[in-house]
Amino acid sequence: MAHIFFEKQGKLSDMITLYPNLLHTLPRFDISLGFGNKTIAEVCEQNGVNPDFFLLICNVYSFDDYLPSKQELATIDMSQLVTYLEKSHRYYLDKRISHIQHHMNRIVGLLQNKRIGEVLHNFIEVYRGEVEEHFNYEEQNVYAHLTKLQQGIPDKAYSIADFISSHGNLQEKLEDLTQIIFKYLPAQMSAEDDAIEVVFDLLQLSRDLKKHSLIEEKIMVPYVMQLERRVK
Amino acid sequence: MKSRILIVEPSEMIVAGLSAILKNLNYRVLEPRRTVDGLSGDLAVLRPDVMIINPTLCPNLAQVLDRRPIRVAALVYQYVEQSLLHQYDAVIDVRDGSNIIEGKFVELCSAATPSEARGTASHDLTKRETAVLVEVAKGLTNKEIADALNLSVHTIISHRKNIMHKTGIKSVAGLTVYAMLNNLID
Repeated sequence: MAHIFFEKQGKLSDMITLYPNLLHTLPRFDISLGFGNKTIAEVCEQNGVNPDFFLLICNVYSFDDYLPSKQELATIDMSQLVTYLEKSHRYYLDKRISHIQHHMNRIVGLLQNKRIGEVLHNFIEVYRGEVEEHFNYEEQNVYAHLTKLQQGIPDKAYSIADFISSHGNLQEKLEDLTQIIFKYLPAQMSAEDDAIEVVFDLLQLSRDLKKHSLIEEKIMVPYVMQLERRVK
Repeated sequence: MKSRILIVEPSEMIVAGLSAILKNLNYRVLEPRRTVDGLSGDLAVLRPDVMIINPTLCPNLAQVLDRRPIRVAALVYQYVEQSLLHQYDAVIDVRDGSNIIEGKFVELCSAATPSEARGTASHDLTKRETAVLVEVAKGLTNKEIADALNLSVHTIISHRKNIMHKTGIKSVAGLTVYAMLNNLID
């Protein structure tokens, strides 16, 4: 479409300045800050990252309507895809959700109605459980399937069609929690710093999870479909 | 009450032409968009009654609308696969004359819920919706709620849609917290 998507010869710092959210993806490629004025190709080479794969992720991450073509997917080296996805999972659980839980516990501690506090606390605990289950399922079934196919081993035990039909949405409850906190918590609570901070955290995580789903649906699914046809 | 119209189209010329026609017809034309990037989230703030969108920008309209009650017309000036057009309430062709466009808009806007009316509905639930919410929070299924309140399942589903729309909360767990915070259950 009408976008000019990111290119290898561009500076990484320019891309980040334009789309700061891409900072979140760097640790998943083990790229650390301090890359000066190096181009995307140079930074990738230095860190052992395939630049085409890196750009593919950055483009999907930044442009909702970007859809890689079948030819592109077929030519790009995807050996780092599973590592990227698994690192994203760890980041969501260990960093983002833990952080949100920390804030939520403080908010719950301030609530006068202990029963509501308990329900809010459970809400986020149950949510964390659901996220863990969702990620475990993907890692044990989908990613394992993908890895086997990448090694040229046929795998009839799982099919990407199962993933397509069952892939659930993890953002919905986060969006609910955001609404609850800024619209419905008792007034004296919503002025608390924790409440305001947690809303930002929730919005950020929800956006990031949406991007993660897009990467799975736009890159991983078509890629695995190609592998399934090829490796029989 | 002027209907609010949002145009999503990359071509500046087409946007300018269509905006002029719509302004002449006394519609309120919102700041046009070039792409659907970030559009879904912004719809809550822009509150268009009718959206005109280039169908090639948006293969999955439902995802962009996210259950918002907005009427959507496809804006067509090149060949577009017929299957893409099924999701739209109307099709506006760039070759349509202004009276044909006017006719299509009168129809689209009369079918849309005016945004003012939606705004005044606020977050207050009706008595019936509150009763349904309490049952939802208890974990009952639509069928069980229908039996308990002596209503049809269809009616319950429609109440639940309104509850979600008014509160902004979609999950049962979230609605339970909402019900507690409003002292509807303990």
